Amino acid sequence: MYGLKSDLTCDLPTKQYSISDYSKGVPRWCPGCGDHAVLNNTQKLLKEKQLDPAKTVFVSGIGCSSRFPHYMDTYGFHGLHGRAFPVACGVKFRRPDLNVFVITGDGDCCSIGAGAWIHAIRYNMDLTVLLLDNEIYGLTKKQTSPTSRLGTISNTTPEGSIIPPINAIETTLGVANASFVAQTADWNPVHMYETIKAGFEHKGFSFIHIIQRCPIFQQSLGKEMATNKDAMVYLQHENGIPFGEDFSQSVKNTVNHDPTNLSEARELAMDRENIYMGLFYQNKMAPRYDLYGSSNLGFTNDQREKVLNAEFDKYAI
Amino acid sequence: MNDPIQLNDTHAKNIRKPVQISEHIIEIVSDSGEGAQKCGQSFAAISAKMGNGVWTVEIIPAEIQPPARGRAGASGIRVRIGTNKITNMGNEADLIVALNEQVPYGRIDQHAYRDGTILLLENKWAEDPDPEIRIKYADALVDFKNRGYQVIEIPMEEECLKIVGNARKGKNMWVLGMLCNIYTRSLEKAERQIRNIFKKKSDSVINANIALLNSGYQWAESNLNLRFEIPVKESEEDYLVMNGNEALALGVVASGMEVCSMYPITPATSASHLLAEVLRKAGGVVHQAEDEIAAIGFAIGASYAGKTAVTITSGPGMALKTEFLGLATMAEIPLVVIDVQRGGPSTGLPTKVEQGDLLTALYGQPGAVPKIVMAAATIEECFHFVILARKLAETFRTPVYVLSDANLATGQQPFPRPKIKHDWFAPPIDQSPWKEDIKPFNWDEKTGLSKRSIPGQIGGQYTVTGLAHDRRGNVSYKPDENQEASEMRSRKFASFQKTLNPPPIKGEDHGDLLIVGWGSTLGAIDEAIEIAQNEGIKVSSIHLRFMSPFQPGLKEIFQKFKQVMTVEINYSDRIDNPQFSESNRRYSQLAWVLRARTLVDIDCFSNVEGQPLSPKRIVDAIKNKLGLSN
Ligand SMILES: Cc1ncc(C[n+]2csc(CCOP(=O)(O)OP(=O)(O)O)c2C)c(N)n1
Ligand code: SF4
Ligand SMILES: [Mg+2]
Repeated sequence: MYGLKSDLTCDLPTKQYSISDYSKGVPRWCPGCGDHAVLNNTQKLLKEKQLDPAKTVFVSGIGCSSRFPHYMDTYGFHGLHGRAFPVACGVKFRRPDLNVFVITGDGDCCSIGAGAWIHAIRYNMDLTVLLLDNEIYGLTKKQTSPTSRLGTISNTTPEGSIIPPINAIETTLGVANASFVAQTADWNPVHMYETIKAGFEHKGFSFIHIIQRCPIFQQSLGKEMATNKDAMVYLQHENGIPFGEDFSQSVKNTVNHDPTNLSEARELAMDRENIYMGLFYQNKMAPRYDLYGSSNLGFTNDQREKVLNAEFDKYAI
Repeated sequence: MNDPIQLNDTHAKNIRKPVQISEHIIEIVSDSGEGAQKCGQSFAAISAKMGNGVWTVEIIPAEIQPPARGRAGASGIRVRIGTNKITNMGNEADLIVALNEQVPYGRIDQHAYRDGTILLLENKWAEDPDPEIRIKYADALVDFKNRGYQVIEIPMEEECLKIVGNARKGKNMWVLGMLCNIYTRSLEKAERQIRNIFKKKSDSVINANIALLNSGYQWAESNLNLRFEIPVKESEEDYLVMNGNEALALGVVASGMEVCSMYPITPATSASHLLAEVLRKAGGVVHQAEDEIAAIGFAIGASYAGKTAVTITSGPGMALKTEFLGLATMAEIPLVVIDVQRGGPSTGLPTKVEQGDLLTALYGQPGAVPKIVMAAATIEECFHFVILARKLAETFRTPVYVLSDANLATGQQPFPRPKIKHDWFAPPIDQSPWKEDIKPFNWDEKTGLSKRSIPGQIGGQYTVTGLAHDRRGNVSYKPDENQEASEMRSRKFASFQKTLNPPPIKGEDHGDLLIVGWGSTLGAIDEAIEIAQNEGIKVSSIHLRFMSPFQPGLKEIFQKFKQVMTVEINYSDRIDNPQFSESNRRYSQLAWVLRARTLVDIDCFSNVEGQPLSPKRIVDAIKNKLGLSN
């Protein structure tokens, strides 16, 4: 924003935005809910990037997590359960000037929205996608989700779930034209911030899987994950997500991974022993459908009239 | 129309004076894949370009590749041409071209022909190596003559083989040539038509087809004593000829919409095919979504972002869009939804006409979902209604549905060339900075209207939600706020209705019977009303264009008639069946709504035979209703 241009001028901001310019209302999430941290870090990113609130849109589906847009003082679209992706794609299609974020939950994305999810990955529009995965349906009060691990006791699986879960990272990496796939967790604010930032900076469909605690319906799971440092392995690479200085001390396990290596990314995703944090995969060259969508903007009325007249001529008697 | 024709007097070049007729109905029927439709469409276009009135109806087999020489596989087209404007498919055909002797039976079952119909029949089957086929052909010849058809056997295959190696590809253009001669059409216009159809093909393909056209023309010239002339009415105005889907597509371009988001479905798809070509050149894009839910979601997203969008679909797609349709009303997002109706329910009759989505359009979404629903009655309206729909969508901040149907979709009809207005392209969206104190749902008490801000408008930030919300757009479950918001969303349409006029009445404003129609049946109803009125029957009609809200004054109109009956192409229980009574009878869709709206005891005549209604059927229904013998 403060960059000096080649003619030695720079665009001065007309307004300096603070966090409060991005926040609205009081979040209604439960105390201790991981969604709070995602909201805070996202607002922090918007401030860091000085995004114009009027040019920023948060699109979500339905769920606890999908309440997110209501707490942003930007444009927001809190739509239908499972349908955040088509709406967000439509918003972005011919509005290259807008920063579009998608907020979705594990039920919203991986269950009812699974079809739209697959295709949104493939369209690879410039969207920053935050999947808040608490491995449960929060809003509707504890039903099993496609990402619930085996044996999850819920109101619809009182004897424990019996079908292996979908791994959202693995699934995304399996779809044609995936371009940015990363994982982080709500209790690592530094890493989460860096991950969302890298996702925002990526030009394409940035899929960020956030392991999110739900102290109400997934109490033991959240505790275990957040405290057991052995469970997390951080992906390390010069093109990956930086750990941040303070945080690197607390990182116990790391592994080297080149985010351009798709097959290795898939192997890591399929590893059932460890949970990898960081950038699995990035392809900056993947074709972007929004570039196609916005490649013929701003036609004048005269241009339109000309085309229409030429069409009429074809049907003229 | 029934002038005696000397059919057997061949080689009669000099005595072939054209017989003057005011109109004719021509059918070309064949196995699927023989190009009968292309032939008929070209013939219609040539006729329209000469200045005749035209209407076409495609005859579509249910399967993509039905077995050859099958009765059920009859594929083809009906072309009705006349001196005056033609508005519907008419009654029985006057002349048929059949590429084998079995396909006419598919149409005979539908009462498409009459005593005296001329049948031009491919004769190659008479000599077929398969004895069974030879027998069938001979039997059919006898049968056709018994039915009173004037059969002329024609060596189509033989003549085509003189020009091309495979007559199956190209016979249609030979037939076109023959028809051009019979109906005194301009060969030059026909040639131009062929060049246009095959414009993406090589010169050799174009030349072969033109050679076939000329051959057909010359053969008829030297061998047929059959020639008609349908005089044209001189007109100062420029005309276009196209089908309803083409008109819808060009309407989208003319409306200035930049996004068409769709999922392929018969019979709507061809509109998107044309749009895919044209919209790109005119500053827009067609998006083929992964399904109909995503298609409308995408359109809503685009529209929310200030690019009013259209989604085009048919019945099954409407079913899938249900939840988003509710959201568009709830969140007051402008949207144009085009439903090219087909036979339902479920996958139903994909290629056939039905007006079966009216109730779905009006009431198909859970909760109170008011919106504007328009029904195009002509090809011309398919074009203009899309432009109007976009304006209404923006002005009233609402989804607007435009209903068309399979009959309009493929029917070709000339209409005056629209005079393009720049005003069409411009959306009524004010993009100036938002005044901070204005709420995103700042409903006007009187009209229910409010202005929307779009992303990018500084100070206009708000969050769309499908949840109940207050004027700020904030989620609110308060009883009085939900009541108010619902009233405001409804009030808009009451305000809109105040701008509408009562529908004009065709005929006297009082009488024994009023027919009420909507959509593509307009032409057939009009023609039926004229016939009935000429016979002294006191019948009038109105045709509705706005289905929600209705045009005002309906009850007042109805009250001046002894009886009122809708004519529709959708299901109703026939009251003559003993199982049905007033306490369980299911009415046709418009009848249901009008009965509830006006408390008038409205009857209905409708069927789901998948065919356009002929004027004759409607005349019969009128007489039946009035207890007059047919
Ligand atoms: C079409 C439809 N079906 C069902 C629901 C009910 N519903 C709302 S949220 C939800 C699940 C939410 O789970 P998730 O996406 O994981 O979000 P979370 O609440 O856990 O953040 C369901 C089933 C709905 N709103 N719409
Ligand atoms: S139920 Fe769980 S996911 Fe929902 S707000 Fe509470 S803690 Fe968060
Ligand atoms: Mg969840």
